[in-house]
Amino acid sequence: MLTYTIRRLVLSIPTLLFISIVIFLLLQLAPGDPMAQVPLTVPPEVKQKMREALGLGQPIHVQYWKWLVQFFWIEPQVLVDWATRDSWLFGWLPDTTLSEGKLRVISWQSRSPVMDIVVQRMPQTLWVVGMSYIVGILIALPIGIYSAYKQYSLFDQAGTFVSMIGFSIPPFFSGVLVIVIFSVNLGWFPSIYDTTHVVTDWASFKIQLNQMILPVMVLALQTTAQISRFMRSSMLDNLNQDYVRTARAKGLKESVVVLVHVLRNSMIPIITVIALGVPSVFGGAIITETLFKVNGIGQLLLTALFANDLPMVMTLTFIFAVLIVLFNLIADVLYGVLDPRIRYD
Amino acid sequence: MTDQTAQAPEVELYGALKDKEPPKEPRSQWRDVWDQFRKHKGALIGGGFLLFITLAILIGPLIWTVDAKQLDIRNKDMRPIYTALWDSTARVSWVKPLGSDNLGRDILATLLAGGRASMAVGWTAMLLALSIGTAIGVCAGYFRRLDGPLMRFTDLFLSLPILPLLLVAVTLFRQPLRANFGPETGMFILIVGVIGITSWMQTARIVRGEILALKEREFILAARSIGTTPAKIIRRHLLPNVISPIMVSATLGLATAIITESALSFLGVGFPSDFPTWGKLLSDAVPRMEDFPERVMLPGILISLTVLSVNYLGDGLRDALDPRIRGR
Repeated sequence: MLTYTIRRLVLSIPTLLFISIVIFLLLQLAPGDPMAQVPLTVPPEVKQKMREALGLGQPIHVQYWKWLVQFFWIEPQVLVDWATRDSWLFGWLPDTTLSEGKLRVISWQSRSPVMDIVVQRMPQTLWVVGMSYIVGILIALPIGIYSAYKQYSLFDQAGTFVSMIGFSIPPFFSGVLVIVIFSVNLGWFPSIYDTTHVVTDWASFKIQLNQMILPVMVLALQTTAQISRFMRSSMLDNLNQDYVRTARAKGLKESVVVLVHVLRNSMIPIITVIALGVPSVFGGAIITETLFKVNGIGQLLLTALFANDLPMVMTLTFIFAVLIVLFNLIADVLYGVLDPRIRYD
Repeated sequence: MTDQTAQAPEVELYGALKDKEPPKEPRSQWRDVWDQFRKHKGALIGGGFLLFITLAILIGPLIWTVDAKQLDIRNKDMRPIYTALWDSTARVSWVKPLGSDNLGRDILATLLAGGRASMAVGWTAMLLALSIGTAIGVCAGYFRRLDGPLMRFTDLFLSLPILPLLLVAVTLFRQPLRANFGPETGMFILIVGVIGITSWMQTARIVRGEILALKEREFILAARSIGTTPAKIIRRHLLPNVISPIMVSATLGLATAIITESALSFLGVGFPSDFPTWGKLLSDAVPRMEDFPERVMLPGILISLTVLSVNYLGDGLRDALDPRIRGR
């Protein structure tokens, strides 16, 4: 198992390199000009100097190499510096100054390091998206289990229909729908997610909860639709197995048979499905974040795109790619760890 | 069979061989498929609705001949006719059965035009993705030497972050394509292209798996032994046999293409604003949805119902085209 994990980790390096080249070339081929926002009164030779200051005059492969060095070598150094200086875990170590004076990936919009902005935006996305994923899974699992146990019952039919709807209603419509119903007509929840809100006591926690309900609901609907279907079919595969009959014949209680024997075996594929779904939820969150005005990383990517901020777009898209590759790997390894019948070596 | 009366005594000797009931009519495969498909109520309704929507957007503009781009400032911000049922003060008129927008454009006409655009994008992108996926799947499955590289290529595409890349591609390549092909054709080519290029992977995987299994069957061996060229084997023997998984993934592809196009329009990187699509209509209506919720609801419901019916259609097709399920 360990050798398999190591092999996959090593194999993921060329994959990620290839993806970064694809993204980089795509951005290079694009005709956007970062100087488009600069006023027309600025003379052309000054503009040329500004371009060179951004590193645009150099050949493509030099630019790509610089980005690679900055992302994979200098940014980790910044992280180490931060860890030894400010974090509570490694703060006792002597302070390091590995990254001092080195050039980091700089956003063209704000002239500040891209990773700093990403770190600022990450908590909002993680709160909303992560919470909705967990809520979605928690709703989906019981639905899946029960509709498999009572196959073709009324509950099962209704569950199938609801998950079909969850598949079919795109998030930009379900989001608008819940805003119209719960925010405009009923006035229960705010339609805008206020990220400056700080939780200090019970009252402010309730406000936070209130504003999270709508975006979480929209994202959770999609998660629930998918995972409850998978859970149902996985349970159905296991419910007719011989070991279930044996367990019943032993005189075990029905709840033990279903919730211990069958459920544990059915969870194996579900866990990989859950792991595989994490990156796609991040991707889908772009729409939900725009709709509820959450200033997370999805919204950051969108604004960076419209402002032609290529380093930011490059880094963010690459982070999404890293997430996909990483969670694919996690899913495969988990599958092997959980199911002793699967052997990769 | 031709002269049964003459042979009748002879047949009686072999009584066990004689059919107890008159022989059934020979049935074609597609008749079986249709019979199985009919049993799936959801698929039947879904297929019917898809047909209805397609006919409506194709024939509708001939019946409701109002131009979708026609401005009519005097009749702006009309509500749909059914609003009069509960709100007698609402501005309604039979001239604008579904109301008009803030520039007085007729909503029924824009919905029909938008449906044309959305469905055109959906169908073309799906066909593009399907042909790329089938080509790569067939090559990877049939030619052993191409299998490894092509499947690694597919895996690489599967690990690309699709939505961010779509956004990047559409935002960055909008200008040159618009300049070369005009604003509408350019955007159409761009959107269909990027959706097609980023959604062929599942089809390729499924087709490859089917081809790998079919390749070892006797009829392929027979075809090869009489000297049939690979191109002919693929065209005559393999492709007709993988048509059912391709059809199922076509329905899924159509659904995702429609949703992706609407999502791009919603995020503001889709078609220009005077060229309505359902996603564009929805996103344009969001700022004033408190006063005019129907402008959001109508295109949203149309997108969702179309996708829902396509999904149900795919579900029914999967059951109908699978010979193991059919007839049960």
